[in-house]
Amino acid sequence: MTTLEPPVAVKRAPARPAAKRDRRSWTGWGFVGPFVAVFALVFLAPIGYSIYLSLFRDQLIGGTSFVGLDNYTQALKDEQFWDSLARVSLFLAVQVPIMLGIALLIALALDSGRLFGKDFFRIAIFLPYAVPAVVATLLWGFMYGTKYGLVGDINSAFDVTLPDPLSSDLVLASIGNIVTWEFIGYNMLIFYSALRVIPLSLYEAAEIDGAGQFRVITAIKLPAIRGALVIATIFSIIGSFQLFNEPAILRPLARNAITTDFTPNFYTYSLSFNGQQHNYSAAVAIIMGLITMVIAYVVQLRGMRKGA
Amino acid sequence: MSSSVTTTSPSASAPADGGPKRAPRLRTGHKHSPSRPKRSILLTVLTGLILVYTVVPLIWLVISATKSMDGLANSNGMWFAKDFALWQNIHDTFTYHDGIFVRWLLNTLLYVVLGAGGATLLAILGGYALAKFTFPGKRAVFAVVIGAVAVPGTALAVPTFLMFSKMGLTDTPWAVIIPSLVSPFGLYLMWVFASEAIPTELMEAARIDGAGEVRTFFQVALPLLAPGTVTVLLFTTVATWNNYFLPLIMLKDPNWYPLTLGLDAWNSQAQTIGGDVVFNLVITGSLITIIPLIAAFLLLQKYWQSGLSAGSVKE
Repeated sequence: MTTLEPPVAVKRAPARPAAKRDRRSWTGWGFVGPFVAVFALVFLAPIGYSIYLSLFRDQLIGGTSFVGLDNYTQALKDEQFWDSLARVSLFLAVQVPIMLGIALLIALALDSGRLFGKDFFRIAIFLPYAVPAVVATLLWGFMYGTKYGLVGDINSAFDVTLPDPLSSDLVLASIGNIVTWEFIGYNMLIFYSALRVIPLSLYEAAEIDGAGQFRVITAIKLPAIRGALVIATIFSIIGSFQLFNEPAILRPLARNAITTDFTPNFYTYSLSFNGQQHNYSAAVAIIMGLITMVIAYVVQLRGMRKGA
Repeated sequence: MSSSVTTTSPSASAPADGGPKRAPRLRTGHKHSPSRPKRSILLTVLTGLILVYTVVPLIWLVISATKSMDGLANSNGMWFAKDFALWQNIHDTFTYHDGIFVRWLLNTLLYVVLGAGGATLLAILGGYALAKFTFPGKRAVFAVVIGAVAVPGTALAVPTFLMFSKMGLTDTPWAVIIPSLVSPFGLYLMWVFASEAIPTELMEAARIDGAGEVRTFFQVALPLLAPGTVTVLLFTTVATWNNYFLPLIMLKDPNWYPLTLGLDAWNSQAQTIGGDVVFNLVITGSLITIIPLIAAFLLLQKYWQSGLSAGSVKE
């Protein structure tokens, strides 16, 4: 398998040696320095502080004391935490494949050149990305209304009773729909951009070989955009695990269905800002961060290994 | 397993007719080249379904912004009510509570100009450095930045809040602007873009002509990075304009709220006892909030789309 290098890989090779010219000097730091400085302040320092916080506990009697890993062992036994993690895992398993699958199909349709009004489709499907999560959630929240919303309109127009999208059974799916709506066009664009840079000569070779449309997709297009697929998957996993905005904004409309420990992020937020349990909250957040990083890393390894 | 086989197949079959493979490349105007297949009505209709899905909520928003509270309650969401209250709604949105919406709009603009503008500048400089220079610790910088993307927002937000509150920055615009200055995605995009868009030979030539590093950057690199810059600027603008979580924890004073937080507050107040129900203003305010971004994406299409397909040099 390794003896036959795909031509795509050969094509990509020249991108790297740009930095090969060994100008080993500190000049680069002059340019990257400002970014690194702010990054250290708003990413690294808080992470360090978070780890520090997670090792302490603030008690009513006795004040703050060092407790070692107690917060972590407590979190690992915390049912609220596991419930919220199970919820976002379910969300991840269902919503992400649907969203990325549809986004990929549209990208392939756009790239096939078989659509009428291709440019219009591309921009119109992308538009929801420009809508803030707050507006998207409020918008869908209003439409979900069984009384005055679009669901209510459908009910009265067709004399049916659709299930309430904001009931506790359906609210996770309803949130999934909002997230899908927000990001389908964005992912489509990432895939489409990757498809666009596939060298034309590959297609010509396939044409000569008499490869059909489907074969071209599986043998050329999908392998060529593997990097984009992996990146989109990783970003979607991270996004799912960090789910907060949509449930938080939807909560006033569905107070019974969305609890303050609905997602891990919501749980840490509530612990910190409603419960003042900053130390325990930090431990839960760090566990979530580790889980996210491990999964993102595994996806990346698996995704990239297929290329080698 | 099977996919690793398919990746090799294009080249596996190529050697069989290595000779003729070259020929078509010369015929650039080839009629049956893969870029010009027959259009399909079926495929267009299927894609149209997704288009309906993405566009219907926006149409609902536009229609609903024309309705009074009464019209919202008593008319079908996908058609206009008897009264056309759009102008009244816009007027009310801007004047409600002594025009707090205008204040929120200006706050959002402030956060975008300083936050997204600064983030873009830092991403250009950093991406340029990663793409075009070898320097000690370069790999570490890249690994740490990419790794940090996976850290959940709250893991950062809570300690950042506590740190900023010790520095006396919470409840000030700086609490929103400073964290917005870092865009790992922007850095990544600029890195990819800079490594493909700036020929190293061009930089060498500038240096031989006696240009310093700063001049090389501004006169050689920056113009070539224009499409990438527009792209990163747009995406950081979206991130800042749409930011909700960060201002939510950092700001208590409604006078510093961005639009997103303000709209959320208006929506929530309907749920509080004795709160003023202003769904019509929430809807109209939402419409006003998204128009500038949608306009920016539509007007700058050419730039950001070429920026995204970084290095899409035509074959």
